[in-house]
Amino acid sequence: MGNNANENYAIEMKNITLSFNKKIANDNVTLRLRKGEVHALLGENGAGKSTLMNVLFGLYKADSGEIYVNGKKEVIDNAVTANKLGIGMVHQHFKLVHNFTILENIVLGVEETHLGLLKLADARKRVVELCNKYHFDLDPDAKIEDITVGMQQRTEILKMLFRNNDIMIFDEPTAVLTPQEIREFMTIVKNLKAEGKSILFISHKLDEIKEVADRCTILRKGKCIATVDVDKVSKEELSEMMVGRKVNLKVDKAPAKPGNVVLEVRHLSVAGERGHKDKVRDVSFDVRAGEIVCIAGIDGNGQSELIKGITGTKPLKSGTIKIDGQDFTHKSIRYKNTHGISHIPEDRHRDGLILDYDMEKNMVLQEYFEKRFSHSGFLKEKEIAEYTDELIDEYDIRSMAGGTSIVRNMSGGNQQKIIIAREMTKEHKLMIAVQPTRGLDVGAIEYIHKSIVKQRDMGIGVLLVSFELEEVMNLADRILVMFEGEIVAEFTDIQNLDLNELGLYMAGGKRMNMKEVA
Amino acid sequence: MKRKKDFAPFISSLAAIVCGLIIGFIILILSNPTEAVAGFVTILTGSLTHGTKGVGQVLYYATPLILCGLSVGFAFKTGLFNIGGSGQFLMGAFGAVVIGLTCPQLGPFQWVVGLLFAILLGAIWGAIPGILKAYFNVNEVITCIMLNYVSLFWVNMTVKGSKVLFNALRNESKDIPKVATLPKLGFDVIFDGSSVNSGIIIAILVAILLYIILEKTTFGYELKACGLNKNASKYAGINENRSIVYSMVIAGAIAGLAGGIMLLSGTGRHIEIKDVIPSEGFNGISVALLGVSNPIGVIFSGLFIAYLTAGGFYLQLFHFSKEIIDIIVAVIIYFSAFALIIKKFLERYNEKKKDKEYNLIGNKGA
Repeated sequence: MGNNANENYAIEMKNITLSFNKKIANDNVTLRLRKGEVHALLGENGAGKSTLMNVLFGLYKADSGEIYVNGKKEVIDNAVTANKLGIGMVHQHFKLVHNFTILENIVLGVEETHLGLLKLADARKRVVELCNKYHFDLDPDAKIEDITVGMQQRTEILKMLFRNNDIMIFDEPTAVLTPQEIREFMTIVKNLKAEGKSILFISHKLDEIKEVADRCTILRKGKCIATVDVDKVSKEELSEMMVGRKVNLKVDKAPAKPGNVVLEVRHLSVAGERGHKDKVRDVSFDVRAGEIVCIAGIDGNGQSELIKGITGTKPLKSGTIKIDGQDFTHKSIRYKNTHGISHIPEDRHRDGLILDYDMEKNMVLQEYFEKRFSHSGFLKEKEIAEYTDELIDEYDIRSMAGGTSIVRNMSGGNQQKIIIAREMTKEHKLMIAVQPTRGLDVGAIEYIHKSIVKQRDMGIGVLLVSFELEEVMNLADRILVMFEGEIVAEFTDIQNLDLNELGLYMAGGKRMNMKEVA
Repeated sequence: MKRKKDFAPFISSLAAIVCGLIIGFIILILSNPTEAVAGFVTILTGSLTHGTKGVGQVLYYATPLILCGLSVGFAFKTGLFNIGGSGQFLMGAFGAVVIGLTCPQLGPFQWVVGLLFAILLGAIWGAIPGILKAYFNVNEVITCIMLNYVSLFWVNMTVKGSKVLFNALRNESKDIPKVATLPKLGFDVIFDGSSVNSGIIIAILVAILLYIILEKTTFGYELKACGLNKNASKYAGINENRSIVYSMVIAGAIAGLAGGIMLLSGTGRHIEIKDVIPSEGFNGISVALLGVSNPIGVIFSGLFIAYLTAGGFYLQLFHFSKEIIDIIVAVIIYFSAFALIIKKFLERYNEKKKDKEYNLIGNKGA
């Protein structure tokens, strides 16, 4: 073949088509990564980005199409082959062994041995050299569990450098970073580019693409929409190409009209794992009716534990919780669920749904025992089915078989809608939502954001935990910043909030005196 | 609203049976090629050679198999592995023997009280691993296995040490008087010469009862929810620990009932003083697997295995050892476990495909 194979391209994926069961995931997609460029791959969830990458790494086999690496046609049937060809990837969730050191993680899989013993001295020398060259401030002997997410990402990058990968793929690299870390990451990417590496950058964040990428390929519903020079298009144009229509990136909402205190948390502490320090330390705050209070912070700073403490799935070490003035501290989970707290949990598969139950049974997960849905111990199947059908209509939940669809077989967005429908319909005064839009596409996010604002306007107190700054800025009427288990800042004037300032608090660089709340 | 039934488990069990029978046939050919076909026919039809008596025997053999299968299957539904069915069975048998031999004053209610006592002892024997699991996080498999031995030696010791219970001549428990045995309900007339009695009716009723509990009640909703997703159950405020204990108590009670029924059948079954754990509890695991833990499915898988076992006795006519039938049953169980894995695999695969499809359609107006 070899027709117009171009040596200027590090990777050339030509006319890739891949379908699952007649549904086309990649439809004649062509992606060309030039040598030494930063190329962004932009698209919504489900646009076919990860499918395309899985084809590149040999996890899926394309129905048709060809892959060229450095101008040579290659058949890549697994990730090892890809690695041999110099292609490395940093996944969104890092593939690091937590109780190994940075050095051990880097050599893992390519370790040299002498008489069956590890030979780390040479590797250490190279790692230190690489660190110096790229200005990575890393201690090769630090354990992964002890270092920040940003450092872990740099470890992943080192892993690729150590393996002499010239083609680097980053899957949503900034999703887990603070604003400061994002800036550092951008510098690293620019340095790597200067070194002549070819970089493919998967993202749906337009700002970052504008800043760092040379060209951008946009995928929508499996089709390649365009490949553009980034400096010749505006952000709005990019977003329109991605979604296929104009999207309202801002949430319209009127100023909040806070009423009575719905949730009152005082001096709450939640213990950490055995021997570790407390995950939540002496946290106090209020949520009023009709306002959205947002807890901002980087993942792992005690937000999950705080919510688990409030909802009762984790025991409290100390502190009190009141709902509408009534002491809820020692109430059971069931009591809290039925007396005012609705909760959209962080992990919908782990906590929010019973995946092997059908939609009807999941719809009444919090209420199956109520008079409405049961009669002397027997489930009222007809009422449950009718109730589910109502909510399916109201929330536009799509599935193959309506209420009897097994939830496991539904898409993530529709699964989340089940939880949203259930928790918003149930009688409640406080809505706790943790990462309610995680892993969903722009359309679903828009919908969920509107629903949350609607809740607020109905006079419900909303406590929102989110790691996405954009979401925080869009929804919050008030922001509390959590760092290492403590609330270190409170912002009420969201309009004039400086993102850098917020980032400083999130990273622990600054703290306000919060005593006045208590 | 149309309700679509899922036939996948049924088909996977059927496939396992066919594969098991084929392998069984191969084993027959290997051990005695000339009579393999005749032997195979015997396996399939042997139970019926003696007409209604044969059918009656199948029902008789099926009774403990169904009940123990229900015991194991019910625990499975709550995410627990009740491998202690044998111990619970033995405790139930012991309870029935005690009432059967010591309480003639109960008259016509003696067998009823005997069964209730059997249920009680079985339930206690199920509760122990349940409580340990729920409140001390001790793996129920380990406690169940250990309790099997505890019950074996304790029952042996107690029976042997009691003049009322022990028949020293035959080294087993004494014969249960006829008045204390389960009513025949006319089965002895219909299935003349067989050992079948009202036990099979009790087993089927228990299966139906469990089906209703699991599918129609809030209690079953909670038990299954705990089995399917512990975290989500906790999130929904379901008391998981209580569910574990209840589930094990019920599983134990059913296995105990099986023991009680067998001992009060009046068919010459005794508690023998041997260092061997009764096999019923373990057979229950096979039955539950083949019936994919569905109470109604367990009725049929119990009947089927009983049918093969009964037919297997006649294999000896063709100079095969009757253990071959055990091998065939074992192969079927292997395949049914295998079929489950394949089914899971297929589901995953479909799911992945579906995920992709849905993602493509997206959540916005498609």
